[in-house]
Amino acid sequence: MAKTILKGNEAVIHGAILAGCRAYFGYPITPASEIAETAARYMPRVGGTFLQAESEVAAVNMVYGAAGAGARAMTASSGPGISLKMEGISYMAGAELPCVVVSIARGGPGLGNIAPEQGDYHQVVWCGGHGNYHNIVLAPNSVQEMSDHAMLAFDLADRYRNPVFILTDGAIGQMMEPVEFPAEVHAPPAKEWAIGVGERARRNVVSSINLDPDELEQQNLKLAEKYARITEAEVRFEEYRLDDAEVVLVAYGIVSRVARTAIEALRREGLRVGMLRPITLWPFPAARLRELAERPAVRELLCVEMSTGQMVRDVELAVLGRKPVSFFGRCGGNIPSDVEIAEQVRRRTARQGGGR
Amino acid sequence: MKVKLEKSKAFYDVYERKPTGDKTVVHYCPGCGHGNIHKMITEAIVDLGVQDRTIFVSPVGCSVFAYYYFDLGNIQAAHGRAPAVGTGVKRVHPDSIVISYQGDGDLAAIGTAEIVHAANRGEKMTVIFVNNAIYGMTGGQMAPTTLEGQRTTTSPYGRSPANEGYPVRVAELINALQAPVYIERTALTDAKSINKTRQAIRKALQYQVENKGFSLVEVLSACPTGWGIHPVQARQWIKENMEPVFPLGCLRDRGAEIPASPLEPRPFVAEGLHELLDHPAPGAEEERAAGAPRPADPFLGSPRVKVAGFGGQGVLLLGLGLASVGMKLGRHVSWLPSYGPEMRGGTANCSVRISDEFIGAPIVNQSDILVAFNRPSLEKFEPDLRPGGMLFYDSSLIDVSPQRSDIVTVAVPATKLADELGNTKAANMVMFGAIVERTGLFAVADVVRNLGSFIKLKKLIPLNEQAVERGGAYIRSLA
Ligand SMILES: Cc1ncc(C[n+]2csc(CCOP(=O)(O)OP(=O)(O)O)c2C)c(N)n1
Ligand code: SF4
Repeated sequence: MAKTILKGNEAVIHGAILAGCRAYFGYPITPASEIAETAARYMPRVGGTFLQAESEVAAVNMVYGAAGAGARAMTASSGPGISLKMEGISYMAGAELPCVVVSIARGGPGLGNIAPEQGDYHQVVWCGGHGNYHNIVLAPNSVQEMSDHAMLAFDLADRYRNPVFILTDGAIGQMMEPVEFPAEVHAPPAKEWAIGVGERARRNVVSSINLDPDELEQQNLKLAEKYARITEAEVRFEEYRLDDAEVVLVAYGIVSRVARTAIEALRREGLRVGMLRPITLWPFPAARLRELAERPAVRELLCVEMSTGQMVRDVELAVLGRKPVSFFGRCGGNIPSDVEIAEQVRRRTARQGGGR
Repeated sequence: MKVKLEKSKAFYDVYERKPTGDKTVVHYCPGCGHGNIHKMITEAIVDLGVQDRTIFVSPVGCSVFAYYYFDLGNIQAAHGRAPAVGTGVKRVHPDSIVISYQGDGDLAAIGTAEIVHAANRGEKMTVIFVNNAIYGMTGGQMAPTTLEGQRTTTSPYGRSPANEGYPVRVAELINALQAPVYIERTALTDAKSINKTRQAIRKALQYQVENKGFSLVEVLSACPTGWGIHPVQARQWIKENMEPVFPLGCLRDRGAEIPASPLEPRPFVAEGLHELLDHPAPGAEEERAAGAPRPADPFLGSPRVKVAGFGGQGVLLLGLGLASVGMKLGRHVSWLPSYGPEMRGGTANCSVRISDEFIGAPIVNQSDILVAFNRPSLEKFEPDLRPGGMLFYDSSLIDVSPQRSDIVTVAVPATKLADELGNTKAANMVMFGAIVERTGLFAVADVVRNLGSFIKLKKLIPLNEQAVERGGAYIRSLA
């Protein structure tokens, strides 16, 4: 396929439609609105539904209905809207409904601003909704991945009957890059458990209620077992120049792109620095980080984020004190520059007696 | 209408899903209206022959367990969200029959937005609204429909309009909207009103089977437990206290005006997706500019570009053009705009990168090329140019001279040249031509050939072509 140049917010809908999604329910919010606009443009063309709901609460509950009825369904928003969607996401996790939710994070808390931030990591990765559940969380860092991850997200959602988040930031949503789509796409799977039309579907119930404590406990344990399987099988990450790295940057989303440029510059100076980029934020690449921390060459792990350090705890839990974990971040809508990141690394290597 | 005594086929014979207690009886209290209404729904569904396509959305409230009983597709919704859940189901399966069954807390308090908007969209569903003037399930708290002076656990001194407002008349509220087809309020008090309720529920479902639109039946229904009175008195209580506030009757019936149409499933379109999604045709592979001359300065060959100006000057489009042509020539590119309100009437800028390698940071902090269309942009971004970098500015709009002497400055009267072509808006493309001619980043012909990759309105292409060429010619004229 020839390449085409699109915004991240557009590419995610192209990927979703190629993955067989035919139902989008959403509510406008900057910097995510182009997702709804793109869905509004294309869903009718492919015989699908686009509906601008009265609120994010309504939108996510429409997704619940459509997903319960067996469709590949999605919604998208930014932090303030994702807060409202937490209700439906918890219900979908409880009823084991597959769905895809895209979050294009902006500055918070409260109304904050519309510039890119990563302050919704806790909300999405550690699940702002109620109950014992997990979202699978993908963290694309390019327009190509916005499309690829949309397809992956629907596959994971169906494989595990679980909500899947695509969590990225306003920069990845708004930027344009070339993207290439697969020529062949496969049809989404049939869902035996879904409600719908026909005698067989009539037997099905979509629900998350269970008044019996023992039964609900079993259901929770079943979910926990599923999450363990996901943790086992679905961790994804990308490594960049880690072979001989002494300082390991950990970054995702737009920050991982900037960090890459910083690493290129530092490497030209002879500094041994590399990066682990989590592609899945949940499950988190904890085992790989632990391995890296055990390498004698590695002196320190440096989390770089557009937050006040929301991912740091996950990295600390991964390395369990084997090596120091430090943090550098900007927030409020500021993207750390490659120069700033490089300076942070230089400072550390100098403090440790140089890395040359 | 004959009252049927045998159990409807749309109920399970034995309520296996009910975890405890007698599995042949419902969990509702004696004298509760829910059971009667359930029965009427099942009878209508069986008579209409739609049991295999009916999906029952149960709410949060005493009827949360409706799926114990109904031999239908069942989906349980969050509190108040049944109309939204029903919308999701119905949009995916337009050939299904969707029933949103809701209490007064569910529908008229927490779910007000969802019901109003589902009704307003005319979702083709049937809403059965059980108004018992109280929260049954949670133990008798005040509902939006609780009567003035009525004592509940959360209005222990009686509902006071000064504190809690007046009872919400849902049927009247929905009747203010244009889309609904059928709205009726009935009651469960005596044989006659029960019969009326049965007919109303049937009609509402019939209309959905005929694909006519949104219906709502509000049923005044007893909650003897919540009210703390005997079931027989409860029926009397509805008559005496509720009916004066919630008058019975049909508020709207447009069924006859709307022709019936068949319930059709939504076909899944799998063919021709790439075309439908406006993807470039396979085989339209970009021409690789193999061996094309590159600028001698490596920075200008893989430049970090900042384009800035007023919103409306085509700043973002020029940036997109640079990225698009770069892509067409097989290079890595990225384009990142400033976005949001700052663009409204204010300044706009974008970062563009063109490279032979994977692009890390798409944000341009230090630029190799700066393109400024107004004075604030020039002043803001000039300091970020790397030494030896190149500044292009619209000299017909910017009356100050650039400050730095360690950069290459190219003044282009882009707006004036565009005006000469008859359209001020083409200034950005005049600048495009000037940039590529001066830097050697691409050939002017590369840009002209690929204008269609970023200018969607085909009729604008000839003008833009002239503009790009004019910009290139201007640079050559300086030599
Ligand atoms: C978000 C949320 N808030 C509150 C509740 C608790 N709750 C359960 S049922 C109910 C009221 C139900 O009353 P109504 O809709 O009138 O139905 P009824 O029980 O009278 O049939 C409430 C407040 C809940 N389940 N979810
Ligand atoms: S509490 Fe009221 S509404 Fe609930 S089952 Fe009992 S009588 Fe019916």
